[in-house]
Amino acid sequence: MLRYAVNRALLFIPTLLGMTAVTFVIMQLTPGSPFSPSAANGITPEMIAELERKYGLDKPLYERFALYVWNSLHSDFGVSYQYRPQEVRDIIVRTFPVSLQLGTMAVTVAIIVGMTLGILAAVNQNGIIDYLSVTFAILFYSMPNFVMGFLLILGFAVWLPNFGIDFGFRVSGWEGPKDWVLPTIALGAAPLATLARYTRSSMIDVIRSDYVRTARAKGLAERKVILKHVLKNALIPVVTLIGPIFAAVGTGSFFVEQVFNIPGMGRYYVESMQTKDQPMILAVTLIFGIFLAFMNLLVDIAYGLIDPRIRY
Amino acid sequence: MTQSAAGRHPSPPEQAMDPVERVAGSDLLARAATVAEAEPGSLAALGGEGEVEVRQHASLWGDAWRRLVRNRLALIGMVIVVTFILVAILAPVLAPYEESEVVDVRLARYHPSWTWPLGLDRNGRDILSRMLYGARVSLLVGVVSYLIVLTIAIPIGSIAGYYGGFVDNVLMRGVDIIFTIPQVLLVLMFVNWRGPGLTNIFLAIGLIGWVTEARLIRGQMLLLREQEYIKASRVAGARAPYIVLRHLLPNSLTPIIVAATFGIPTAIFTEAAISFVGVGIRPPAASWGQMVGEASRPSDIQTDPHMLIFPVLAIGLTMLGFTFLGDGLRDALDPKGND
Repeated sequence: MLRYAVNRALLFIPTLLGMTAVTFVIMQLTPGSPFSPSAANGITPEMIAELERKYGLDKPLYERFALYVWNSLHSDFGVSYQYRPQEVRDIIVRTFPVSLQLGTMAVTVAIIVGMTLGILAAVNQNGIIDYLSVTFAILFYSMPNFVMGFLLILGFAVWLPNFGIDFGFRVSGWEGPKDWVLPTIALGAAPLATLARYTRSSMIDVIRSDYVRTARAKGLAERKVILKHVLKNALIPVVTLIGPIFAAVGTGSFFVEQVFNIPGMGRYYVESMQTKDQPMILAVTLIFGIFLAFMNLLVDIAYGLIDPRIRY
Repeated sequence: MTQSAAGRHPSPPEQAMDPVERVAGSDLLARAATVAEAEPGSLAALGGEGEVEVRQHASLWGDAWRRLVRNRLALIGMVIVVTFILVAILAPVLAPYEESEVVDVRLARYHPSWTWPLGLDRNGRDILSRMLYGARVSLLVGVVSYLIVLTIAIPIGSIAGYYGGFVDNVLMRGVDIIFTIPQVLLVLMFVNWRGPGLTNIFLAIGLIGWVTEARLIRGQMLLLREQEYIKASRVAGARAPYIVLRHLLPNSLTPIIVAATFGIPTAIFTEAAISFVGVGIRPPAASWGQMVGEASRPSDIQTDPHMLIFPVLAIGLTMLGFTFLGDGLRDALDPKGND
């Protein structure tokens, strides 16, 4: 087990380097810089040359890459073109916690509600709870998060207030719990549905297995059968879903933050796309990629720990 | 799905009967009908034939079709998807106005009425017309991007899976690395590099989305290449390209079709998402995502929600339709799920 974990962790390094290289090369190929000469802003070609020297843009590609990796390792991602003189690091330090909070809330809600729904549905198979949760799951499952976000806004902030029903949820900003509810639902709905569906089918598989029949046959109470025998085995495969869910929530936050005007890393990312703020784009892509790859690593190792049948 | 339906079924031509099929069984007529269905045609060509009740002799496609139409959600999904495709193709015929034709600037944000069923947008353009043309963009993105995906994924997946070993290792490590980076991130970077516009969206989604399908195809190849009939083919002297094209790929068709019902909506959604944040399609061309982005200023949402709701619903409904259809297809084509 330890050896597997170490191996898996070592594989992490070339993955990171490859990822950095891919993003770096694409960014270098990207034409356009924030300093386009024009009559309006009075930037001359000489000033551009000066600026490019300052940001190291005149060096050969491999040298810039090595320098970038070296600097990144020291958490120095350069200065944001758009928000000069703010450093990319400072912007990320400021905005990442917001995204992390939103993401954590969404994942938590998805895991708790999704698994509970899945379990309840499987235990009451073909009952009313099952029917309702399957219907909700399939509706949420296919809904893109920004579509979900706008539906929530239209519902809770535009139409329901017309009928005198107002929960007081706010749909712009990130100050308090009233701002958090709708974005969390928008971001968490799809993973919630995925988890509910997957948990349900995994539970049903186990419920139909021979050893569960044996447990029932020897007269165990249904509650005990489910809690002691079914749950443990049924929830193991569900763990593999957690990795992809982190990825979905992570990238989903770009769009949800845009919809709800949340000052998180995702919104800054989209903004820097629009303004060609290269250091910012590169840094956020990397941090996102590293974060998600790391989560995947943890999930893989956790899976090995939970399921004793897996031997590496 | 009644027994009497078999009687009403027109008798199929004699030559449609497969000699092998004729050997056993009693209900020759119905069996021949199934064989006729088994022609390697498209799923759609199998239309109404599903009425015949022939349980144990059904072919893969005929059987799958029957299971598909019996699934209520899959039927709803099929209706949505077919409507979407028709609307997209017929957009120029159906749309009362041109894609970016300004009806009347002074009437901008006009709410839905008899004259303009979905209202006018902030620039005074007819929302219905733009929605219809937007469907076109979505369909194009789905189809073209997915074709690019398959063009890349099939050779790479086949080579990796068939040869295995070193080639497989090199190809799949590369795929693994691309796979680690969230795809939306890469697509955003690609359009940032190449600029907005439809062609670049096709390329971005196609050039980045192939990794999932390449993995799938590789897995299929690995699974199938150890089968007896492949060994037999190899012993008989068939070369690798022949085996791959003639045996392995046709036998991997089912998972590829199922993957397509998830890959195409993913492409459609990706276009909507990047157009929504303003780096996708080039205005004034219409796309549902772009319309959502344009209508989503907080002040507009309160006063003119009609500009937002229709494109939002269109994206949601299309996704829902593909999900229903995809789920239904997967269940229908899965031989293990046989009733």
